[in-house]
Amino acid sequence: MRRYVLIGGGVASIAALEAIRQVDSAGDVLLIGDESHGYYSRPGLAFYLTGELPEAYLFPMKNQDYLRLNVRRVRAKAVRIHPGEHTVQLQDGRLVPYDRLLVAVGAEAQMAKVPGIELDGVIKLDSLDDARTILQKARRGRTAVVVGGGITALEIVEGLVARRVRTHYFLRGERYWSNVLDETEARIVEERLREEGVKIHYHTELEAILGKGGSVTGVRTKDGTVIPCDLVGVAIGIRPRLELAQASGIQVERGVQVSETLQTNVEDVFAAGDIAQVYDPHTGKSVLDSLWGPAREQGYAAGSNMAGFTTAYRKPVAFNVTRLANLTTTIIGTVGHGEDSDVTGIVRGDSETWRQLPDAIAAQADFDINRLRLLVGVNTLLGAIVMGDQTLSRPLQHLITQGADITPIRQRLLQPGAALVDVVADFWTAWRGKVAVPA
Amino acid sequence: MGGIDMNFKALFQQESTRRKAMAQGYVVAESSRCVQCGICSYNCPLSIDVRRHAWMGVPVKDSHCLTCGECVARCPRGVLSFENTNLFQVERPIPGERR
Repeated sequence: MRRYVLIGGGVASIAALEAIRQVDSAGDVLLIGDESHGYYSRPGLAFYLTGELPEAYLFPMKNQDYLRLNVRRVRAKAVRIHPGEHTVQLQDGRLVPYDRLLVAVGAEAQMAKVPGIELDGVIKLDSLDDARTILQKARRGRTAVVVGGGITALEIVEGLVARRVRTHYFLRGERYWSNVLDETEARIVEERLREEGVKIHYHTELEAILGKGGSVTGVRTKDGTVIPCDLVGVAIGIRPRLELAQASGIQVERGVQVSETLQTNVEDVFAAGDIAQVYDPHTGKSVLDSLWGPAREQGYAAGSNMAGFTTAYRKPVAFNVTRLANLTTTIIGTVGHGEDSDVTGIVRGDSETWRQLPDAIAAQADFDINRLRLLVGVNTLLGAIVMGDQTLSRPLQHLITQGADITPIRQRLLQPGAALVDVVADFWTAWRGKVAVPA
Repeated sequence: MGGIDMNFKALFQQESTRRKAMAQGYVVAESSRCVQCGICSYNCPLSIDVRRHAWMGVPVKDSHCLTCGECVARCPRGVLSFENTNLFQVERPIPGERR
């Protein structure tokens, strides 16, 4: 009987477990996680914070699901893998034997290196415990300062606003998420934040968090301004949790390097999810992302391979649907480039692929708060941002993912003032009918 | 009066289309877009675990489903949609799409 050990309690491990059970119903599977809550939807935390979702609904799996999947679960922290002996060492000293091992311990928030970061009242949004802390500390009449960028910073901002906390948002540069959104998109988001009552401070950098008796009382910016506040939200980026891999001789760069079958350089040890650095055939680079879909797909492929059913993982076009200042936004493929001074590396719900834009021409259409931006390559679409009306979100995801030949509409897309939405919608209808195989 | 008649006619036509969709349609899910947030299950008036269907990529064929559309409208990621499942209509899936 094969012994499988899955380290990490997130979606990659759960998907690996499901894949293993598709192939091997008898093997012994042990899931090791260091979070007390078990498996929950990390993207769901944003809705929990705004009050749109009760906590109980964050948990997709019930006890009978774990029973059905015949998995043993243990709450522990793995500190070292001994590849020679095929054992995992837990923090309490116990040794767990394995035949196939998955490392899917994810990523964690980076904290700003400023004085006062350890004070009570400094918040982040990594886990359910963090969300609980935010809810516990966010009370009407309080004031918060949020620093950072990408999706997570806005999740914190929106959560605080929903709880009637006066919120200041610091941006180091002159706009939000500058290496993914273009200026118009950033301005749409910023304007909506202002309408919600958020005070945005441009060209503003946090120098120190001020405190008294161990709790936050305010912040000081680099230009010497002091803003009194009770909470400081930090979302400046995440980094893969590499300590276990590094302590065990597993090859790492920015993340754990894996092959097409999600294997590390160490025999019988696989990696998947936010920790894995995966080759991206679309950009020719080995990239990190922090997206639910790829983490699930990687976990599933790793699980299949662990159970002996060889499955190659081909990284799909990076894609996410998120809400930015309450505006549904789809981001697909490569849409931006360069650095964003508010973020170190990537944030949650993010992909390095989005900012590796090669030569492309942007075509855009605006209508009120709705916006569509297409990155038009030589004969394919390389990326798209759909803000507001989401009618084209799914069609564009498929057209970009499958590299649809857009030669018939390319000229029309690039004409100034083109009716982009109609052109894409008509093309999609025709393309779908042409390439589809009747059932 | 003619204008009012036209409006009534249009109204009934809309209602008939909606009822047809309700009688012949299911809620279907595009699993790869789902992040299991649970908004769909939470908003189902009949407490159907829509999220489970979305995760597995299977249509909500629960006999209790009213096809009221709450889950379709509330899903923040466009995972769910109505699909006409009339048996006489040939479905044409998108290549590569997991259902």
